[in-house]
Amino acid sequence: MAKSTIIGVDVGGTFTDLIMVDAETGGMRIAKTPTTLDNQAFGVLAALKEADVDLTTVDLIVHGTTTTTNAVLERKLSRTGLITTMGFRDVLELGRRTRPQPYGMKGEFTPVIPRDLRLEVPERMDAGGNVLTPLDEDALRTQIQALIDAGCEALVIHFLHAYANPAHELRAAEIAGQMWPNTYITTGHSLLSETREFERGVTAAVNASVQPLLERYVARLRAELANKGYKGDVLVMNGNGGMVSSKLVAREAAKTVMSGPASGVMAAAYTGRRAGEVNLLTYDMGGTSTDVALIRNGTPPVSNEIEVEYAMPIHVPMVDVRTVGAGGGSVARVNPAGLLEVGPESAGADPGPICYGKGGTRPTISDANMLLGRLNTEKLNAVAGGISMDDIAAVFQRDLGGPLGVDAIRAAEAVIRMANAKMAGAIRMVSLSLGADPRDFALFAFGGAGPLHAAALARELGVPRVLIPARPGITNALGCAVADLRHDFVQTINQPLDDLDIAAIHAAFAEQVAAGQAALDRENIAVREVQTDFSVDMQFLGQSHVVRVPVADGAPTTDDLRARFEKVYWNRFKVALPQIRARIVNVNCSVIGVCDPVDLNLLIDAAGRQSQATPTGSRTVIFDGHAHDTPIYWRDHLPEDVTLEGPALIEQLDCTILIPPGDSVTGGVDGNLTVQIGAAT
Amino acid sequence: MTAAPKIDPITLSVIQAGLQQVCDEMDLSFSRAAFSPVIAEANDRSDGIYSAEDGALIAQGVGGLPVFVGTMQYSTKTLIEMIAAGRVAAPKPDDIYIVNDPYLGGTHLMDVRFARPFYRKGEIFCWLSNTGHWPDTGGAVPGGFSASATSVEQEGLRLPPVRLFKQGVMDEEIYAIICSNIRVADQRIGDVKAQAAALMVGEDRLNALLDRYGDDVVRAAIAELRLRAEAQMRSLIDEIDDGTYTSTAWIDSDGVVNEPLAIELCVTKTPGHLVFDFKGSSPPCMGPMNSVLATTLSSVYLAMRHIFPEVPISAGAFTPLEVIRPTGTFLDAHYPRPVSGCAAEVSQRIAEAVFAALVEALPNRVTAAPAGTSGNFALGGHDPETGRDFVMYQLSGGGYGGNADHDGLSNGCSTIGISKAPPVEIMEQNFPVLYHRYALREGSGGAGQHRGGLGLDYELELRRGHARASFVMDHGRFGPQGALGGADGAVNEVEVWRDGVKYIPEHLSKEQDIALKAGDRVRVRTPGGGGYGDPAKRDPELTARDKKLGRI
Repeated sequence: MAKSTIIGVDVGGTFTDLIMVDAETGGMRIAKTPTTLDNQAFGVLAALKEADVDLTTVDLIVHGTTTTTNAVLERKLSRTGLITTMGFRDVLELGRRTRPQPYGMKGEFTPVIPRDLRLEVPERMDAGGNVLTPLDEDALRTQIQALIDAGCEALVIHFLHAYANPAHELRAAEIAGQMWPNTYITTGHSLLSETREFERGVTAAVNASVQPLLERYVARLRAELANKGYKGDVLVMNGNGGMVSSKLVAREAAKTVMSGPASGVMAAAYTGRRAGEVNLLTYDMGGTSTDVALIRNGTPPVSNEIEVEYAMPIHVPMVDVRTVGAGGGSVARVNPAGLLEVGPESAGADPGPICYGKGGTRPTISDANMLLGRLNTEKLNAVAGGISMDDIAAVFQRDLGGPLGVDAIRAAEAVIRMANAKMAGAIRMVSLSLGADPRDFALFAFGGAGPLHAAALARELGVPRVLIPARPGITNALGCAVADLRHDFVQTINQPLDDLDIAAIHAAFAEQVAAGQAALDRENIAVREVQTDFSVDMQFLGQSHVVRVPVADGAPTTDDLRARFEKVYWNRFKVALPQIRARIVNVNCSVIGVCDPVDLNLLIDAAGRQSQATPTGSRTVIFDGHAHDTPIYWRDHLPEDVTLEGPALIEQLDCTILIPPGDSVTGGVDGNLTVQIGAAT
Repeated sequence: MTAAPKIDPITLSVIQAGLQQVCDEMDLSFSRAAFSPVIAEANDRSDGIYSAEDGALIAQGVGGLPVFVGTMQYSTKTLIEMIAAGRVAAPKPDDIYIVNDPYLGGTHLMDVRFARPFYRKGEIFCWLSNTGHWPDTGGAVPGGFSASATSVEQEGLRLPPVRLFKQGVMDEEIYAIICSNIRVADQRIGDVKAQAAALMVGEDRLNALLDRYGDDVVRAAIAELRLRAEAQMRSLIDEIDDGTYTSTAWIDSDGVVNEPLAIELCVTKTPGHLVFDFKGSSPPCMGPMNSVLATTLSSVYLAMRHIFPEVPISAGAFTPLEVIRPTGTFLDAHYPRPVSGCAAEVSQRIAEAVFAALVEALPNRVTAAPAGTSGNFALGGHDPETGRDFVMYQLSGGGYGGNADHDGLSNGCSTIGISKAPPVEIMEQNFPVLYHRYALREGSGGAGQHRGGLGLDYELELRRGHARASFVMDHGRFGPQGALGGADGAVNEVEVWRDGVKYIPEHLSKEQDIALKAGDRVRVRTPGGGGYGDPAKRDPELTARDKKLGRI
């Protein structure tokens, strides 16, 4: 069965976004409703209602949820116990000997599992996977019972060197399975069979402690949807940008953490591939933060080494999205040295910027955009508190203009300039850290505030053009709708290339492919084809960091691995080290069930387009200290092949696009707009 | 000098961010391209921009190792003076000087500085410099941390400033001399290339900044930013009441003579001005616990930056901090005093003295003393299974001091570092050792209204062959100081178990070359943090929770 009517629904920090695409009728609907934090299902149902969806006609619902992310960040976790190797119960609390910031000797850390629920048993493997101390099964039973008696709902079994030999973890899980009152048992090696006991242990602990929460949430959502006539499965987005059946998702619940940003990047890659733009820097600016990712050859990068906050690594494959700070709510201030600073402090969603009218009293990036005429002042009129432009100007004058010796408008311009300079710097750092020059990429701007800043940022970065999708404000929901089924596997090998048992590598790949295929079979969702991506993580002997090396198939030769590693290493670090021996660390495989493509051309209704671009009005907008009378256009009315010269404002339901003087914008496939950055003036 | 253009504060803010970005990109480039894990992973490096006139710090990367916060401006200043005096060859474009002499504005020999003149229109506009910790620079012991060295020659190869790169081309002869004097020399080229390339990145980015804003504007901005950082630091200092604040901090011993070394500090606050006087501190010592002047100054600056993290790293911020040269003490060591302990241990004790002196004046900002030792345990030997020699390092953290807001962090890294400890699993993969325990050290946090964080308790066994264990640690005799009525944290404890018999080093946490054979064990318990405030005022619920979790 093809996906004919598909819904993508993504829960963000502030809004729940929904997009429905009907391939047969060419219909498309979108909705945006407030996120309901206590039970996200209410927001989802509200969005379905707003979009006026008849669930009996829907074939597939793909859902991005922050249930697990929020649970981890707020430590609202299920009561979870740990059983680990004798002598190592504190690994989860000791971490890697760090502090939260380079300067300042304060800081706190709360481990995922408290110390009294971390118990030990005699057992030990060495690094080669040889048993040094057999598993003490009587002690294990005693400890499991102690955790049951202590009221634990989920259990983690995490033994040293289980990546090298999981026998003790498997046996312990078998015994626990006979005693534990439910199925919430996670073994350390099962999510990511990789060296490093802290990272692997935290990943397993996070998984176990969000499992019950996620399972209850999706069960409730499934029931609510079924009540309204929905007959299909609910698929849930993972942080790797793929989706997984809601029936399987809780088993590896940790993989859903950080899935929201991943969806947006997947949508960007999908949109870019259709538009022939395969090298993209994604730029997602929201109310509180900005996320950045680098897409090469149409493929979002996946990393196993994401840290979701201080000392909270979740080492499962996730789309490598970096948060670089400023959002619309970032607060500007003049520091004691008399210099302007923007962020890192944020007014957040509540009270938010002054222009939200919810009691915000400090100048933010959004307020600066408002003062400069870049945002529609009608939004101010709709605000309950009765905020006026004069109110905002007064704050800018008092907090910024006065100390800087300029008027409120100049101060607002300075805030935007500073914010853009800092964001550009942060984006450069992300790009450089991944071995890429930002000038070789196009900027893909989305999120509520991205298209407002993108052209100026691109100029700052030396990026030649900006791609703005048809619906920038609901890109994450679109990412759900275009997602494929995906299962990732990592196995630590740790062998020098020179003594490599290549047959063992081939066998490891084959095992991963079989496990992925089995997962797809259990999900039982129709797919067009099954795609397998293979890679290895390698390093030079003497190094501790690895680079990911893609390989063509599951049967590479040793010479092939060596040649590919040297090429990847050179491309990334511009250093050739032929005299030093290489090592293969991990073997990785992704099994992807490719779903039917979604036609993005539906995103803007062709019937609404006009033959000529006609402004709906104009506003005075300040650019570089000069007031420009700037025409305003309604995006859905623009002709498909539109060309406009800046300055121009293009408004749509979910965002505002700013085209500065000197830049131009043209329409393209799927209703995308491309901003060409003009020569420096 | 032509009249400096007047710069508006907004342009100034943007140029400040731009200079910072140049340094951050140098840091990133250095770490990414470096071969050694100590740089690539542990970020034991720093990059910055320094004035052409006097080497004063213009900007430095925020991700640099804290101990380098104030050292490179002294090494650059010394280089400029030596060039002016004709003691070092004059620079040409694309030259890079290499220097690791501790007495010329450095730390220990392993911290190797590169300095590159940055030219605009044929004149030196400023200097770009970086420091990277090399895994080895020769000397008596692999890695350079000898607990018993009595002169710098035993610590490794000492390089005066020489041009390793001459007009862009590496001098293979100088490099050959270096390589003949250090261990694992074949891997070093990966770090040398990375260190030089980082300075090239800085040059490109700084040229772009100057092209955009104009040389005169940037020059004037640098001068103005220096004044403003100074004003900012002065305004923060004025949170301290005028007066005199004193403290004493102790180093167990120098590793050779088993006598404690005292750091006596008297801080005098007058409006906008702090004077740090170390008069009365112990004289220079026989063993490697001497500090060179640059490291002593840098340690004061990094301590102040821990207290006021919001101030940019700039020479201006240091101007209001006057450190009286501690002539005649072990905090101003001269050739040939051994100094390998200065960057890792003495620096942290100087920071402890600063914290202890100022905690009463700034009770909300300053914490009780943190563990304050890098916990350096080295094990070198021969693994019969692989047929190879090995050298293993276990650096470990300890408890942080309690503070006005909360209990201290457990197992934090050293005051002067930012690097992660290696996982036990990786240690066991690479070396013939087996860990029996890697745990929180119960009861080690100093009691207080907010107690100190807990130290680390680890025990490992040599599985095969023979090896020699060396320890360069501290706080074995005196625990990290409590503050405002809080108790001291637990002392560092090192035990070596040979054939089931316990041996405790004479210097408690320092000793060189203790012979071990298969089955022998080493146990280390690192210090807990000092407590903050009167323990009687502790919330009983917190105490009950600590008991339940076995922390006390």
